[in-house]
Amino acid sequence: MKLGTSLIIGGLLFTLAIVVGLLAPWLAHTDPVMDANLMNAEEPPSWMWWFGTDAQGRDIYSRVVYGARISLTVGIVSQLVNSVIGVTLGLSAGYFGGWWDDIVNGLTNLMLAIPSLIFALAIMAVLGPGLTSLLIALGLTNWSFTCRIARASTLSLKSQGYVQAARVLGYGDLRIMITQLLPNMLGPIIVIGTLGMGSAVLAEASLSFLGLGIRPPYPSWGSMLSEARDQITTAPWLSVFPGLAIFLTVLGLNLLGDGLRDILDPQSRSRRT
Amino acid sequence: MTGPALIDVEDLRIDLNLGSSRVAAVEGVSFHIDRGETFGLVGESGCGKSITALALIGLLRRPLSVGAGAIRFEGREIQNLPAVEQRTLRGNRIAMIFQEPMTALNPVSPVGRQIAEMFVLHGGKSWRDANRLAVEALASVRVPAPERRVKDYPHQLSGGMRQRVMIAIALACGPDLLIADEPTTALDVTVQAEIIELMRNLCAARGTAVLMISHDLGLVANFCRRVAVMYAGRIVEQRSSDDIFRACSHPYTQGLVDSLPRLGSRARLGRSRLREIAGVVPAITNFPSGCRFNPRCAQATEVCRTTAPETTMLGADGLVRCHHHA
Amino acid sequence: MLSFLIRRILQTVPIVLAVVLVIFVLFSVVPGSIASTADDGRGPTDPQVVERMKKQLGLDDPVYIRFGKYIASLAKGDFGTSFRTREPVTSMIAKRMWPTLQLIFAAIAFAIAIGVPLGFIAALRPGGIVDTVSMVVAVSGLSIAKFWLGLLLMYVFALKLGWLPSFGYGDGGLKYLILPAVSLGVSPMALLARTTRAAVLEIMTADFVRTARSKGMSETRLVRWHVMRNALVLILTTVGLQFGALMGQAVVVEKLFSWPGIGSLLVDSVLQRDIPAVQGSILVVVLFFLTINTLIDVLYGVIDPRIRYA
Repeated sequence: MKLGTSLIIGGLLFTLAIVVGLLAPWLAHTDPVMDANLMNAEEPPSWMWWFGTDAQGRDIYSRVVYGARISLTVGIVSQLVNSVIGVTLGLSAGYFGGWWDDIVNGLTNLMLAIPSLIFALAIMAVLGPGLTSLLIALGLTNWSFTCRIARASTLSLKSQGYVQAARVLGYGDLRIMITQLLPNMLGPIIVIGTLGMGSAVLAEASLSFLGLGIRPPYPSWGSMLSEARDQITTAPWLSVFPGLAIFLTVLGLNLLGDGLRDILDPQSRSRRT
Repeated sequence: MTGPALIDVEDLRIDLNLGSSRVAAVEGVSFHIDRGETFGLVGESGCGKSITALALIGLLRRPLSVGAGAIRFEGREIQNLPAVEQRTLRGNRIAMIFQEPMTALNPVSPVGRQIAEMFVLHGGKSWRDANRLAVEALASVRVPAPERRVKDYPHQLSGGMRQRVMIAIALACGPDLLIADEPTTALDVTVQAEIIELMRNLCAARGTAVLMISHDLGLVANFCRRVAVMYAGRIVEQRSSDDIFRACSHPYTQGLVDSLPRLGSRARLGRSRLREIAGVVPAITNFPSGCRFNPRCAQATEVCRTTAPETTMLGADGLVRCHHHA
Repeated sequence: MLSFLIRRILQTVPIVLAVVLVIFVLFSVVPGSIASTADDGRGPTDPQVVERMKKQLGLDDPVYIRFGKYIASLAKGDFGTSFRTREPVTSMIAKRMWPTLQLIFAAIAFAIAIGVPLGFIAALRPGGIVDTVSMVVAVSGLSIAKFWLGLLLMYVFALKLGWLPSFGYGDGGLKYLILPAVSLGVSPMALLARTTRAAVLEIMTADFVRTARSKGMSETRLVRWHVMRNALVLILTTVGLQFGALMGQAVVVEKLFSWPGIGSLLVDSVLQRDIPAVQGSILVVVLFFLTINTLIDVLYGVIDPRIRYA
């Protein structure tokens, strides 16, 4: 794909998702939770019901629109938590070294040894379903990659004499980390963060699909698909739109991440895909 | 001279395609090498000597391509040959050794196999026979215990040994022309001399012609019968090696000669200090007008800045491209 | 080689212990975790049930004794007894191990069979139509939710066309395996296509490729003799990492297709607060993941001679 194409398409899709989420109350036709009406149950898509209705007679279009809020909240907030944890641990481990570095390395290896969805699932099992639990579970389980990159770039910047130079100037540790080291690793961190948001959106959908994330009647794309599965023979349209919404949102984030990588982190193009 | 030269390059131009524009990285390059002859191409890095060599063996890749001129091998234009015929020339009749013996060999393939490939590709041998021949080839480049070494991977060998393997690969099929692109630059000084001697002996014994490419005028003049000096994509002077120190005509060649540490004659002339050539090699996209050497040349005059000098023949075997040649 | 293997296995011991600790802490120590997990939204749990669970887990003992007991029973291969079925968790897991392995290996096989050739073809003509199309396919494959893809496949191939069964394990036959394996295999396939493409593109610029060309070999031979093995090292890394990720993602696919594997055991156990079964299945998943990674490390040495176990 030509350079920049993925950035533009990805940016557009992500912006669309954000706008839909923000404007949900104005875009939606009905209340996504309350407006159930069995008279309208399982209507196929039409001019009246753009995406059809579900077994309780709720408007799928309105639910998909409101679902963007949940998906994006989980995606953005949990990834921010991950990035902050990863950068803090990685940067301080690389900077201070010694026993702290060993501990952080151990923690990272531990995180890498447990598939992140399984870890999140275990935390959800303890905390119980709900938005807060999701933010905690997904925010604590996907920082290892960010941590590794932050640590590696701290080490390489240190060896370039950056840090010594700043120390000679009398800068404090925290100031060196924030003003000298952090800006130099921001590119790859943003790229990982963007791609991580996509994974978080998928993870939220997966957990909600399993009944461990956002529970019905709240309009999460994942839990909508879980309901849709049971009605796939009678109302197949139920399965189409929430999944499409997940797909387009994650696709947007992935394309955006790819495009940003070409700009912000060009040397990694050969390092990773 | 009887019959056509082994290889004859005429007015070669190599284009660098920059997408929107195209610049000539090499231009107006002509030379020939006779059977069994040793010919040197000397110049600073970026002067176009290596891509000239790649053009001869047909390995130019995007964004470089041959823009104009002829490359004739035994009188046949090789650029128009079908791909299959080009491949039977490559490796078989024209072989090449590269600068970096570290990376020029496949890291995950035993060196014996990388030699044996030549016999499979060009000799039509079975792998079993080819592997046996590979041991012999390795013995011929004086690698000790070749029957054990063939199983080694490149990282298990020293730089000098790897370059011997490269020579064994290049000479495996008894090529008529060996192109050696900075074959010793990446090696230790002591190893350099061994490798040069090895190449000299093997090629002399087999009657293989050599195109030696280097930034090291001393090395090339010592190895080759004739030398061409390249600067910024053009050949500026061509001489027999005997003449180049005695009577070079181009100020750039003179600069190269002066920058060589030499015992004897030079000390007698009272020039004990080494001299470097002032200035830097111009960028390929920004060649100066007129003579390309003029910004660095002490003798440059107005005509040098406006008009590119034509080549002037100097005797039977020499030429120079300078307005002020002696 | 053997000493490397032993050392590599020993390296995983602290990780396994740490995982055991995490699982233990999550489910046994966090205050009120039993009470809260017992609340499944269907009203307050019977106090007697909570008491019984506490007794069963030995919750009256101090924490370190409980952890010691837990480790000791794990060492004997005893994962405890299921709250739900009263069956030993070990035998529940053993029964479900094979379907999960089947599913994961089938998914990886699908991913390799499609992804690697796709990446190769794309890399040989970068910027060409095949390259563009396969990279669009790849990024889509990474963005699609597995259970949605599975749902669509189920609708088309099972319900509309009737070619394949829509869910279940059936008699364990291949036709039951296809849809779950494809749903699970699409994202590793996409990732492999991208990794392979990047690896091949990078290798094609290597000096030894130029050497190989100077030998006069065709591009086909060049790829077969020199590019493939080098690419394999990088491809293997991705395959290894994907195995672990798949173990996690299999949960969703198993649930969707009612596949009787570890994943659906895990989800069902979580939903029904069957803590010994949850702990056991997570531990097995992690052990599997670590085993695969160790095996991959050993394979590296076989493929790439630069990595030798000294």
